Amino acid sequence: MYFDTEVFQITVLSLKISALATGISLLIGLPLGTVLALGKFPGRSFFLSIVNTGMGLPPVVVGLIVAMLLWRSGPLGDFKLIYTPSAIIIAQTVISAPVVTGLTAAALQALDPRLRLQLYGLGASRLQMVGSLWREARLPLLAALMAGFGSVISEVGASMMVGGNIRYQTRVLTTAIVLETGKGNFDIAIALGVLLLAIIFLVNWALTWIQQRGARR
Amino acid sequence: MTSPLVEIRNLQVARGGQPVLRINALTIEKGAVLAVVGPNGAGKSSLLLALARLLSPERGEIFFNGNPPASESDLVYRRKVALVLQDPLLFDTSVFDNVAAGLRFRGLGKNKIRPRVEKWLARLGIAELKHRRATELSGGEAQRVSLARALALEPELLLLDEPFSALDPPTRKRLLDDLSALLAETQITTVLVTHDLDEALFLGDGVAVILAGELRQQGTPEAVFTAPSDLDVAAFVGVETVLPGRVVAAKNGQISVEVGAQRIEAVGHAQFDQQVYVCLRPEDVTLWEQADLPPSSARNVIRGHVKQILPSGPLVRVVLDCGFMLVALVTRSSAQTMCLEPGAKVTATFKASAVHIILRSDEPLNVAKID
Repeated sequence: MYFDTEVFQITVLSLKISALATGISLLIGLPLGTVLALGKFPGRSFFLSIVNTGMGLPPVVVGLIVAMLLWRSGPLGDFKLIYTPSAIIIAQTVISAPVVTGLTAAALQALDPRLRLQLYGLGASRLQMVGSLWREARLPLLAALMAGFGSVISEVGASMMVGGNIRYQTRVLTTAIVLETGKGNFDIAIALGVLLLAIIFLVNWALTWIQQRGARR
Repeated sequence: MTSPLVEIRNLQVARGGQPVLRINALTIEKGAVLAVVGPNGAGKSSLLLALARLLSPERGEIFFNGNPPASESDLVYRRKVALVLQDPLLFDTSVFDNVAAGLRFRGLGKNKIRPRVEKWLARLGIAELKHRRATELSGGEAQRVSLARALALEPELLLLDEPFSALDPPTRKRLLDDLSALLAETQITTVLVTHDLDEALFLGDGVAVILAGELRQQGTPEAVFTAPSDLDVAAFVGVETVLPGRVVAAKNGQISVEVGAQRIEAVGHAQFDQQVYVCLRPEDVTLWEQADLPPSSARNVIRGHVKQILPSGPLVRVVLDCGFMLVALVTRSSAQTMCLEPGAKVTATFKASAVHIILRSDEPLNVAKID
């Protein structure tokens, strides 16, 4: 039954969900990491340590919390999101946003602090200064993106708990592997595992190519 | 005289809660190059950052073109100035993109940026580096790109923070020559912060001395180097002989000062019996072997013996004991010809006009004494 349209559907759904979660994480993590790296406000190092702790969040714990929030009787139950792809996107965003945020902050803090003075001294506005710093840190920022994507495409606990592994709806590659292994279908599980590895490789290869092209310029 | 571009009034700058710079008044004329000198940590860079509006003063104001700071936003102001730091801090792009950066910040179109960038690359002699990656350049090339990046903005005020200090001497010399010619030609008002007095003399139309967070003197290079305002400035600009004395005669702008058992003739204004410091640069002292000298214009002829000989590159510092310590600077070959060695008897001469007199306040003498 596998290796047909269903496998294709599962693969596309996995990619869609993880790409969207990584994209949302980037939208949250890039500005937040920038503020944490460059801002001067009380509690900055406290927030940084929260984010760094978040980088190691166990996906099952995230799954549990998101499931409780989205549960029909939970505080966000009215949105009817539990066991939908949206629920998986939410959980994966919670997992990858701290990764992108923390690595963005680290990438910007690794730059020479005088670079900011130099940019202002050449007439950069605040936004132009930040844009230039992102450009300077583009290699570690792409690495942050890769790490964010890697943390969610291979995650299984949260997807299982909030998505429910429903065929044609919320079944993704990792949950399908768990299911087939449970059923003793090792050949299918291995094939899906190879497919997952190939996808992770292809996405990272593309991002690395972009990164190294930037490095050579 | 042109009108000042920058006028600083009662400026006080603090960093990390600690006051680091105090300037009551400082003016920078349009088109002039002001060299700000002082030892490391004196507050020179804080002045530059305050001038770039990258450091807000605690007190006081910096007027630009006669306008108070509140008359325009920091961004509008900063787009009239350009800053070059000690390290080139080039962006990880091509040389062209580096030089174009400030122009892009100002929203200039491509058709305006290209000729401007190419013009300044050519003027700094780095046109062939245009497509090179900026992070792969040598130190000298990188600093040229950094200068081109600032000069391409054709700013009203150019701020240079020790841009040559990390370069090897030949590279530094070539860059200094080129920058000097460019500044003379473009008449861009410039503030050069340096701890190198040679650089200050070479580039500066005026010199400001900052010591321990305070502006101690501003004037022409000649004024600062030959007539320092106080003992600390004298010590910093290399006046090595500083002797406390008492005026024993004063007439027609000429004075005689009693220093120990000797009398030193000087040009200056002081009153009879006034306590003064006699300041003398070592290069103004001439040494003779014999005691009987032919008549000359040197008003001061003092006998002494060599106490110490200190090699200083191609020169030799000779410390004489003349009842007080006197330092002379002679070439190595002169020292050899005269067989100068500790204990040798010599005669030192110097002109009255080479002596600079500082009136003594009640504060204790705090320049280093020569042992």
